[in-house]
Amino acid sequence: MLLIVIVLTFLLLESASGDAVDAYLLSIGGGDATVAQSLRQAYDLDQSMLARLWLYVSSLARLDLGWSVAFDRPVLDLIIERLPNTLLLMGSATALSFGLGSALGIVAGARPESAGDRVLSTISLILYAIPSFWLGLVLSIVFAVQLRWLPTSGIESIASGKAGFACAADIATHLALPVGALALIYMALFLRVMRAGMAEVWALDFVLFARSKGLSRSRIVLRHVARNALLPLVTMLGLQSAAMLGGSVVIESIFAIPGFGRLAQEAVGGRDAPLLMGIILFSAVLVICINLMIDIFYAALDPRVGASEADA
Amino acid sequence: MRRIQNITKTPEGAIGFGIIAALMLVALFAPIVSPGDPLRIAGSPLLAPFVDPAFPLGTDRLGRDVLAGIIHGTRTSLAVGIAAAIAAIAIGLCVGLAAGFAGGAVDEALMRIVDAFQIVPSFLLALAFVSVIGASVPVVVLAIALGAWADPARLTRAQVLSIRERDYVASARVIGMHPVEIAWKEILPNALPPVLALSAIIVAAAILTEAALSFLGLGDPNIVTWGSMIAEGRNVLRSSPSLSIFPGLALVITVIGVYLLSEGLTKALAGRRSEA
Repeated sequence: MLLIVIVLTFLLLESASGDAVDAYLLSIGGGDATVAQSLRQAYDLDQSMLARLWLYVSSLARLDLGWSVAFDRPVLDLIIERLPNTLLLMGSATALSFGLGSALGIVAGARPESAGDRVLSTISLILYAIPSFWLGLVLSIVFAVQLRWLPTSGIESIASGKAGFACAADIATHLALPVGALALIYMALFLRVMRAGMAEVWALDFVLFARSKGLSRSRIVLRHVARNALLPLVTMLGLQSAAMLGGSVVIESIFAIPGFGRLAQEAVGGRDAPLLMGIILFSAVLVICINLMIDIFYAALDPRVGASEADA
Repeated sequence: MRRIQNITKTPEGAIGFGIIAALMLVALFAPIVSPGDPLRIAGSPLLAPFVDPAFPLGTDRLGRDVLAGIIHGTRTSLAVGIAAAIAAIAIGLCVGLAAGFAGGAVDEALMRIVDAFQIVPSFLLALAFVSVIGASVPVVVLAIALGAWADPARLTRAQVLSIRERDYVASARVIGMHPVEIAWKEILPNALPPVLALSAIIVAAAILTEAALSFLGLGDPNIVTWGSMIAEGRNVLRSSPSLSIFPGLALVITVIGVYLLSEGLTKALAGRRSEA
């Protein structure tokens, strides 16, 4: 499957008119044909397409993602350097949105069609329709420009010399706005899925049975309905990881966070095909890993999953 | 006509239908409502909104009319959103139909390709695609469709797999109908409704993706889009935040309209199923 991704991205980037050497020559103010020729030779850009595809795949097998033309550094180093910032951003946004979204979803789903449910559903619909980059801008207008509570950009204060707890607090204040923007939108999604799931479970026979047993309403809501509705939410988490990774591009560009997504934007700007290719491949690997983790987690959460495999 | 009535019976469907119909009218009559090129310089730069009646929403850094930009931006947003969704669903339907109907090695190969497209973040893919080929409206449409066709393909395949075992398909086979004819006339019409219900979600996602792309400067530079207006306003965010806020509001309203319409559509479809 990864091989398909490799070949497809390779073909896509191959169809570009003009390569990194053109972009580089343009940025240094032009150069003669011999310079371009020797540069192409150095980056193997003068060989045929299939030869280079083979070269690329065989170097990938050695975990060599190639050399970034724009940064003049190995692609893998660049990605690994930028990745922690993005993982921190994504991780905290996911945790926040999942926690808040499922909690509010339980509140909304506890009494479907009640006033509270309607208010929460409307808010979540509006939040879900907001583009993340615009929400980020509006949040920074309110909290950074008007109220001056939080910084607008960056991941930490430059050369502040802070260490330990002060440094962590510094990063936290810088991340508050981008995490908030991402989390609010995904919270709306989780809320909607949770609510819809609960509405479905309410109609099932075992809930009727629990009610006929005379169990209290809160016990039915938490132990019977919510627990069963949580499963699709976990699946959703895996499906959304790819979308979140893509969304980080815009959020990181707005808040100037030196992360994975901004690297993608810089690769686009520099016409840096090896870097862009490395980023796409790496994000695919990341999505596979996240989904694998979720599958394992799922088996722990739902005893039926592991059991059916043990039987087979 | 009866379909529209069914959709507008639910409150969500009625509101959504109203919003989208109004936006469609704005998009259709944009040259009449606000004549001239929205990118031309119309007045003095950075006029505040609600001050000059000639420019109700003010002007941007270069003195371009914000309201005109929003009106003409409606065209781009709706056109790109709808075109991308049609392309994505067309590709998805063909692939899903082929995979589900052919089965075996063809199915296996096609589904692996679908997998590959689903694990790559679609926004990154669109970003790479547009940057490689160059920004113009058809390229943006294709780039968005490229990231969105996998879901309808999967759904179509699942539908086809469940329908192809039904009795009426078996009878069609018995009377000697050509497999392509069976796929086209018997299976496709019955597999279509759930896939179409997905289409509204794809339109909404496509509108948001287009806005994000043009926000990052990867839209067609020769036409006005909401995303590029927000990006342009971002340069003067501190002094005139309204430049970014108004096009963003337009985006939010459009996407809400599409979502409401899709909810109405889903309810109408569910209602038809329970009546039957």
